[in-house]
Amino acid sequence: MAGDPIIQLRRVTKVYGDGPTAFQALKGVDLDIAAGDFVAVMGPSGSGKSTTMNILGCLDVPSGGEFRFRGVHVETLGRDQRALLRRKYLGFVFQGFNLLARTTALENVELPLLYRGDPKKERREAALAALDKVGLKQWWDHTPAELSGGQQQRVAIARAIVTSPDVLLADEPTGNLDSERSVEIMQLLTSLNRDSGITVLMVTHEPDMAAFARTVIHFKDGLVERIERAHHQGEAVA
Amino acid sequence: MFGTTFLLAVRSIFRHKLRSFLTTLGIIIGVAAVVAMVTLGQATTKAAQAQVASLGTNILQIRPGQGFGRGGGGPRPPDFKQEDVDAIAEQVAGVTAVAPQAQSTGTVIYQGANWSTTINGTTNAFFQVQPWPLVSGRVFNRQEEQAGKAVCIIGNTIRTNLFRGGEAVGERMRVNGISCDIIGVLSTRGQGGFGDQDDVVIMPIKQVQRRFTGNRDIRLMLVGVDPAYDGQQVQASISQVLRERRSITGGKEDDFNIFDTAQISATLTGITTLLTQIVTAVAAISLVVGGIGIMNIMLVSVTERTREIGIRLAIGAVASEVLMQFLMEAVVLSCLGGLVGLAVAQLVVLGLAPLMQVPFLFVPQINVIAFLISALIGIVFGYFPARRAASLNPIDALRHE
Repeated sequence: MAGDPIIQLRRVTKVYGDGPTAFQALKGVDLDIAAGDFVAVMGPSGSGKSTTMNILGCLDVPSGGEFRFRGVHVETLGRDQRALLRRKYLGFVFQGFNLLARTTALENVELPLLYRGDPKKERREAALAALDKVGLKQWWDHTPAELSGGQQQRVAIARAIVTSPDVLLADEPTGNLDSERSVEIMQLLTSLNRDSGITVLMVTHEPDMAAFARTVIHFKDGLVERIERAHHQGEAVA
Repeated sequence: MFGTTFLLAVRSIFRHKLRSFLTTLGIIIGVAAVVAMVTLGQATTKAAQAQVASLGTNILQIRPGQGFGRGGGGPRPPDFKQEDVDAIAEQVAGVTAVAPQAQSTGTVIYQGANWSTTINGTTNAFFQVQPWPLVSGRVFNRQEEQAGKAVCIIGNTIRTNLFRGGEAVGERMRVNGISCDIIGVLSTRGQGGFGDQDDVVIMPIKQVQRRFTGNRDIRLMLVGVDPAYDGQQVQASISQVLRERRSITGGKEDDFNIFDTAQISATLTGITTLLTQIVTAVAAISLVVGGIGIMNIMLVSVTERTREIGIRLAIGAVASEVLMQFLMEAVVLSCLGGLVGLAVAQLVVLGLAPLMQVPFLFVPQINVIAFLISALIGIVFGYFPARRAASLNPIDALRHE
């Protein structure tokens, strides 16, 4: 069910620093990601997967090459324009959850809508609906300190999807969770991908988690090493 | 964007109450100090003016001699005579009344109780020159004044000490051994900067001269000036009359001095205003220090909240929104601090005014100015930390531990 590629990378390079200490993190990455896909990104440390995810998340720009997101050349955009792209089309889930402390689940989830300037009533309804999707509607008035790790990550997912983004970027979303919670989170991402058609890009170290994805991209030494495609959702790749 | 950042700022402030309080402490103290100092300074000025006004406005005091601190050699200039009083009253335009004064100290005795006081010999002009109403009784009648009868009008302190606050008019007391009818009691003037003004016995000047001072000298003249006339002009005319009468010619200096209560008032006001300005300047420094305190804690706060800033940037906040949020936090904090400081200032003034024996005042201007300055401090000292927050790289910020 491959749709139009929502993300296109062409000969993307990324160099950190300059002169003799310069480090080339990406050495010409070519990559197409179809809308609605569920992609796992794997690879050892320093393979370029985090750099790639930062670029795909519009948090960073390539040193060379092209990055087209929904047809827009992101490499030509400024800081604020990329921030607006993130606000509108992207959702982020982090390994460390990254919720605002001393802030209720509802207010955490509302935050992206606040920046979007939605009126209060709509904000509240959308945030509650998102919390409902992750099964935490009755926990709306709890602060992160009062929630378990799995619950915090589900609040973070609710925050990521509350704006109905096109792409959900998850950076090792199960890295801080035990295997049971991890599976719950993966099932949640899978159902969001299936039911809402949201494109999921996930960095992971664990093959068990990558097995939930439809496409697995392996990075090595700043290049895409190989791409595996599963034929059916949830089917083990290797 | 304004509403959003305001909401975010207020949420952030109330989520970290202790941090917010510590941040604003400097502003609270600074604003409270400035407002309290200015208010108390103005109250002191007002109290000083009131004391001078209690001497009466538009009054000239004329004494022989060459003013303060001009002692030195030579014979003492002669005192005035009744003819001088009459001359001023008749020849100078704009003079409403001239009251001569001859003073003596003495002991007053009533039914075994005695009291040392000032005896002030004068005429009814004394009551025309300055408003000093009687609470009971009457002033001298013509005959008493002309003949210098043994009658007296007493101040409230005498009544309190000899008559235990009871009715004194119609009683008879002894003044330095002379039996004297009390015909009136003066209203209370209170403690001035010039001692207890109510501790006085007023008698016809002829009686005082005959019985106590033993001469016809007049040590002080009080001259009432019609406010419709130019005070300087009247003073100059009086000076001219007296120079003529005392045969002072050419470039010789006056051997008397004319003292204007308006001048005293202006001098006192000048002094208290200057003192207020000095103290306020010191307080203003504490306000600036308070602003630096805000900047300090905001900078620490930006470092501490790096991750939070990273989250906000990642979910789509643009740099200007982060800047606005932190700036707004600083401004809201400093404004809150300003408001609390204003409240503290009123309490300080309320507490200190009675101790300093000055009236309680509320000066709207200084309160408004101090509040605006606290808002300005929020903007000035909040901008640098806010800009730093806004310029953070989201990737680094998210990775920050």
